[in-house]
Amino acid sequence: MSIIKTEGLTYVYGEKTPFRKVALDNVSIEINEGEMIGLIGHTGSGKSTLIQHFNGLLKPTSGKVLVDGEDFFADKKKLREVRFKVGLVFQYPEYQLFEETVEKDIAYGPKNMGLDEDEIKRRVNEAAELVGLTKEQLLKSPFELSGGQKRRAAIAGVMAMEPKALILDEPASGLDPQGRDRIFDMLKKYHTEKRNTVIVVSHSMEDIAKFADRILVMNEGKVFCFDEPPKVFGRSREIEQIGLAVPQVTRVINKLCEMGYDLGDDVYTVGYAEKQILKKLNKVQI
Amino acid sequence: MLKDITLGQYLPGTSPVHKLDPRVKLVLTVEFIVMLFCAKNMWAIGVGALFCIISFALSGVPASLMVKSLKPIVPLVLITSVLNLFFVRTGDVLWKWKVLQITTEGRDTALFMIARIVLLIIGSSLLTYTTSPIDLTDAIENLLSPLKKLKVPVHELAMMMTIALRFIPTLIEETDKIMNAQKARGSELDTGSFADKVRGMVPIFIPLFVSSFRRAEELATAMECRCYHGGEGRTRMKQLHTTYRDLIAAIYTTLFFGGIIALNVLIK
Repeated sequence: MSIIKTEGLTYVYGEKTPFRKVALDNVSIEINEGEMIGLIGHTGSGKSTLIQHFNGLLKPTSGKVLVDGEDFFADKKKLREVRFKVGLVFQYPEYQLFEETVEKDIAYGPKNMGLDEDEIKRRVNEAAELVGLTKEQLLKSPFELSGGQKRRAAIAGVMAMEPKALILDEPASGLDPQGRDRIFDMLKKYHTEKRNTVIVVSHSMEDIAKFADRILVMNEGKVFCFDEPPKVFGRSREIEQIGLAVPQVTRVINKLCEMGYDLGDDVYTVGYAEKQILKKLNKVQI
Repeated sequence: MLKDITLGQYLPGTSPVHKLDPRVKLVLTVEFIVMLFCAKNMWAIGVGALFCIISFALSGVPASLMVKSLKPIVPLVLITSVLNLFFVRTGDVLWKWKVLQITTEGRDTALFMIARIVLLIIGSSLLTYTTSPIDLTDAIENLLSPLKKLKVPVHELAMMMTIALRFIPTLIEETDKIMNAQKARGSELDTGSFADKVRGMVPIFIPLFVSSFRRAEELATAMECRCYHGGEGRTRMKQLHTTYRDLIAAIYTTLFFGGIIALNVLIK
């Protein structure tokens, strides 16, 4: 069953001004319940604009957005409900922290949902555990935390709303490699435990290739392709042409293919590359 | 939404008014204001109005904007005219009801005051329509520079103004982002009652304050790294030059000033 569906979604910035720009051009996609989606595209490809339609922050210029099969723009009351169904974590979410303690900040979303005390407490603790914040850290002011901790606290704030679909815009940008790994491990854990839909926006194929069930590639406001990773990376040369970097190992394998070693065009993880190369070597030896 | 707010009211253009040296424009605007206050009768005010109309026509700023700039002062104009209308008690009585009465002189004063305030606003909005805020700060710094001798930190004040102007769009963008982030967490900004909307402001202002301070600190560090040390011995990339245009503008304004004084003397 699909959780988010768009039909001919088009969005134009600055209509009727000299700055008119088509940010989304006839986007029709369907995201299923429980899927892990990687959304990737160049700066200005429309990926941030697209996700802001999923929870009703932007209203389509034309076309439809359906969440749980409902067109929520038709009814203003539904708009708020949709924001609890589809949790959106913006880029640099740590800049939205404002409460006295981390605990209260994480509770802000659930409180807005009108839940009772016990339920809020349960959700805060669960979210804090998912992102790896300790009990002592929960009682600190959010401004005392380190950059990575702040980021995780902000993500917990959205996770605590227990949305059916969690969307994160560049969740690892500006973090060191260790911080990046931590965020992605955390998201994987969240996905396996909760079985909820997760959509991760990034411009790094490397990060996304590792865990996505399907990858949506956006280019200049249009859907370039939306498919499983092997099929997407089968078009790695085209992807490079639109200005996106494919994983390093894919580039190595592509180069080897050019040199005459046929290793297939669907390699995007180091493990699979190793297997393919060993297979090839064995064949050569025999 | 928030991005639609216009910063100041500067309209870029290449008209003779735009091309004037901002210092000259500023001084002439002050001269115009003084001129209005010197005008003692309706004829003299009429000359002031003529000055406004000619200048506006030269600047190429659409007349609709001239009207728009008057909107915020409508209440002020109303209060002044009502006060003058009822409280000036000299002259022939035109209308009377209990304690309230309107006299010929009251009517004339009220009209005169309205004309004066309207012209004042139109004249000074012409300055902001045709001068970019940065040019204006430069002009203020330059004109106030003699005060440096009195240890007034003129350069620093001007720098603060420039930075403030520079950061308005940045902060608007930032506010937009934070608002969206909190909306995504279910805060009631575009939905809900008025009280909910006010409560929804706290989660926006705190992050906004925090990030403004962060930006200020980063900017200070960046400026220090580039050896900024105040106005002492600092040269500018954009030098202000006065040209023949400015001379013409000065003569033109002064002629009108002379006209007003002459009318003051001739018509009693």
